[in-house]
Amino acid sequence: MTSIRIKAKERNGSVDVKTLMKHSMETGLRKGKDGKKIPEHWITDVTAESGGKVVFQAAFNTTISKDPYLAFKFDGKKGDSVKISWKDSQGKTDAAETKVK
Amino acid sequence: MNRRSILKATGMFMAAAAAVAAFPRLVFAGYNAKAFKNPKMDDSMNEVFGSNTVTPSDEVKLKAPDIAENGAVVPIEISTSLKADRIAFMVKENPNPLAIVADIPDGTKSAVKTRVRMGKTTEVTAVVSADGKLYTASKEVKVTIGGCGG
Repeated sequence: MTSIRIKAKERNGSVDVKTLMKHSMETGLRKGKDGKKIPEHWITDVTAESGGKVVFQAAFNTTISKDPYLAFKFDGKKGDSVKISWKDSQGKTDAAETKVK
Repeated sequence: MNRRSILKATGMFMAAAAAVAAFPRLVFAGYNAKAFKNPKMDDSMNEVFGSNTVTPSDEVKLKAPDIAENGAVVPIEISTSLKADRIAFMVKENPNPLAIVADIPDGTKSAVKTRVRMGKTTEVTAVVSADGKLYTASKEVKVTIGGCGG
């Protein structure tokens, strides 16, 4: 199961992409039940590609809320591929791909 | 050192300087701790944009709630009629103000939407880089319950 959900819909030549990434996005400031601080752990980089071309790229701080939501728009059409991938502060990665509706 | 090697070294230095000047966007590429783990907004902007000289502009639209009941999830939306190549968002009084930096390639709309954490009531700022200049829009957001987990 991928951690990423993508919705991509075309309207008048523009593709509206909405994505949700499941991630704890620990800030390093929160305390656990044992009273110790939970170490920071967050998504640092997100990349969106369509047809092998980067259409959107973002870097996150721990400021971004838990289970990050990201939306953007690019010029494209129905049937185009949209691939979203992320990398976190522990070097973990995930990716998911969908087709524009 | 003879004359030839001095000339060569000078030439290389100038070429390197020219390369830096010609590609200010190379200052930032992906996540960078110097920009993000930095309590000073001006320093972060220097890391991300190579400058911190900004002009407030009506053409930068920043949508954020007037009052955020839950500081852990504050929806924000930045858009602009300018042709942006990079958009950043900052929360002034967070421990590290810089929240997100988005790169906008040709063919992508100059807009981004996400959700951020806010520690307390403070000013939030969108910074848009277009045509080699920085434009901003700011807004005060009241936070009822802080969202940094402290």
